[in-house]
Amino acid sequence: MNPDGARRQKPIPMPAPVQWELRLYVAGTTQKSVTAFANLKRICEEHLKGKYRIEVIDLLKNPLLARGDQIFAIPTLVRKLPTPLKKIIGDLSNEARVLVGLDIRAVGEERS
Amino acid sequence: MSTSESQTRRRKTNGGAAKLDARRELPKAPSGIEGLDEITGGGLPRGRPTLVCGGAGCGKTLFAMEFLVRGATQFGESGVFMAFEETAEELAANVASLGFDVKKLEAQKKLAIDYVRIERSEIEENGEYDLEGLFVRLQLAIETVGAKRVVLDTVESLFAGLPNSLVLRAELRRMFRWLKDRGMTVVITGEKGEGTLTREGLEEYVSDCVIFLDHRVADQNSTRRLRVVKYRGSLHGTNEYPFLIDEGGISILPVSSLGLTHKAPSERIASGIPRLDEMLGGKGYYKGSTILVSGTAGTGKTSVAALLVQAACKRGERCLFFAFEESTAQLVRNMQSVDIQLEPYIKKGLLKVLPSRPTAHGLEMHLVSMHKAVNQFEPDVVVVDPITNLISAGNTPEIQSMMTRLIDFLKMRGTTTFFTSLTSGDSDLEQSEVGISSLIDSWLMLQIVRSGGERNRTLTIIKSRGMAHSNQAVEYRLSDDGLHLVDTYLGAAGVLTGSARLAKEAEDEAALTAGAQEIARKQEERVRRHKALQRQIVELREQFQVEDAALARDIQQSIRWRDGLAAERAAMAESRYAFKPGNGRSRKDGRR
Repeated sequence: MNPDGARRQKPIPMPAPVQWELRLYVAGTTQKSVTAFANLKRICEEHLKGKYRIEVIDLLKNPLLARGDQIFAIPTLVRKLPTPLKKIIGDLSNEARVLVGLDIRAVGEERS
Repeated sequence: MSTSESQTRRRKTNGGAAKLDARRELPKAPSGIEGLDEITGGGLPRGRPTLVCGGAGCGKTLFAMEFLVRGATQFGESGVFMAFEETAEELAANVASLGFDVKKLEAQKKLAIDYVRIERSEIEENGEYDLEGLFVRLQLAIETVGAKRVVLDTVESLFAGLPNSLVLRAELRRMFRWLKDRGMTVVITGEKGEGTLTREGLEEYVSDCVIFLDHRVADQNSTRRLRVVKYRGSLHGTNEYPFLIDEGGISILPVSSLGLTHKAPSERIASGIPRLDEMLGGKGYYKGSTILVSGTAGTGKTSVAALLVQAACKRGERCLFFAFEESTAQLVRNMQSVDIQLEPYIKKGLLKVLPSRPTAHGLEMHLVSMHKAVNQFEPDVVVVDPITNLISAGNTPEIQSMMTRLIDFLKMRGTTTFFTSLTSGDSDLEQSEVGISSLIDSWLMLQIVRSGGERNRTLTIIKSRGMAHSNQAVEYRLSDDGLHLVDTYLGAAGVLTGSARLAKEAEDEAALTAGAQEIARKQEERVRRHKALQRQIVELREQFQVEDAALARDIQQSIRWRDGLAAERAAMAESRYAFKPGNGRSRKDGRR
């Protein structure tokens, strides 16, 4: 849209809506996992409504998947899309830091 | 008072003995690493974690990998390698040079490698978390291969990747307990810290066994060393042991486990120089003894060594020759010039020459590699030519203990050991042997005697334990047809060698000849005088006979004269009719 922004943000596909692919890795239903999922759901609904998809992976059921995304901490949130890949570990209790960590503000406000 | 005290003491010692028994029962997982199981009395504590720590490049990862590979290939125990620093591909490539085929073991489901990448820049912490992900991955890997052994290399990367060390420490403690509960024998590697064993104080969690690896450079020579810092519930060697990393993996020289317990064979072996055998009580060296030949440059030390090798190979014994001065080809050629043939035995496989530059490694490294070579080749005779070069590779205080270790090791094996030692021309020949002389059983000294504008070589036996040996200095010559011992000139004028000896011998010969001629002359004189005497005796006897005959004649004459006088008287009386002849007879009787 803005030529300045276009030059700076080449990898992000221009046509909206931007698809956000998020993965939350958990191991069984623990307190931390439940909290993390609730926090994530709330943040996404607030800032990325309609543009996101959350996939919850239980490593106790699919242990093989831990290797692929290099998971060692539980819970771990992985932003698969948009690139680059980002990881946040913990129960996501600090909303501001989740927004910074996932670069959500950048898209919402057209900021790099 | 005193009785009760002694009782308590006794009780204490009893308690100690009970502990010792318990120690013996501590189960151990053999590491398969050469020498380590000897030091630790059987291996690493089974079902418990062992911390292997040390500085960068000290061989921690390799140690851990060898532990798993040996476990999988030699002891039927599969392993899991959780790598935090290198990818599986990098690991496989790094240890391939040591002969470990990690890919094959992975394919056979004997080994699982899981690379955990922790990149701080990609990770954001937000709220509470734990390391359940690692547990899941470990569990999966352990189940995949049915592992009994686990390696974590190096957990400290977690500290670098995760800011919250409180969580991390709690989780690590949980993980070690988790691994213990599953009966895993675990090796955890850790980077050395400032003044502590590990940078993050891992030794706090791993309290069963701690092994410290060190890589030191002294006098531009690097030496790797290993020390068992602690081993709960087990006796272990506490020294620093030098170790070597080569194409066969890690080998440690477990030297202090040796003592003065070697056997003393009474068998004798020929030295290859028949005259020398005579000097050594008529039979040569003792089998399994340590022989030192010292001498200045160019005295033929290597030749004496090569003669022993040749003699041993001729008997069909195996010889290992550590050459620190010459290459194999050079040694063979040079020995040929004095008619010592080594090449056929090299071809037969009885003789192995291992040339190496003394400056290539530190002393310990040389000893470890020699140890290894001896174990592989299993020789009857070992030659180190010269040992002084080896000594120059280390610093003085270490040398004696190192030499003791080597000699002890060879003695335990019953290997005859032959050292040559180069002494510098002006130093005291008998003093300069860096204190190893007390370890030597037979010591030959080769000397150069300078006189009359020439240098001649002499051989002396300084000592030879357990045999009557000659105390004579013997001259020897090296020529096209070998080494020959010649008696030196020993006389009032001292010991003479070379042409001086020849001159003195000729002089003595001349003196002897002159003496013999004098005696012959005197002998003749005596014969002549004897003859003269004989003649005189004959003359005197003849004279006596002449005189005797004359005397006899005189007596006869006088008898005849008396008879004649009587007859005359009778005739006169008859003629005068004074008495009858018959009466005359009675008168005759009466007169008688």
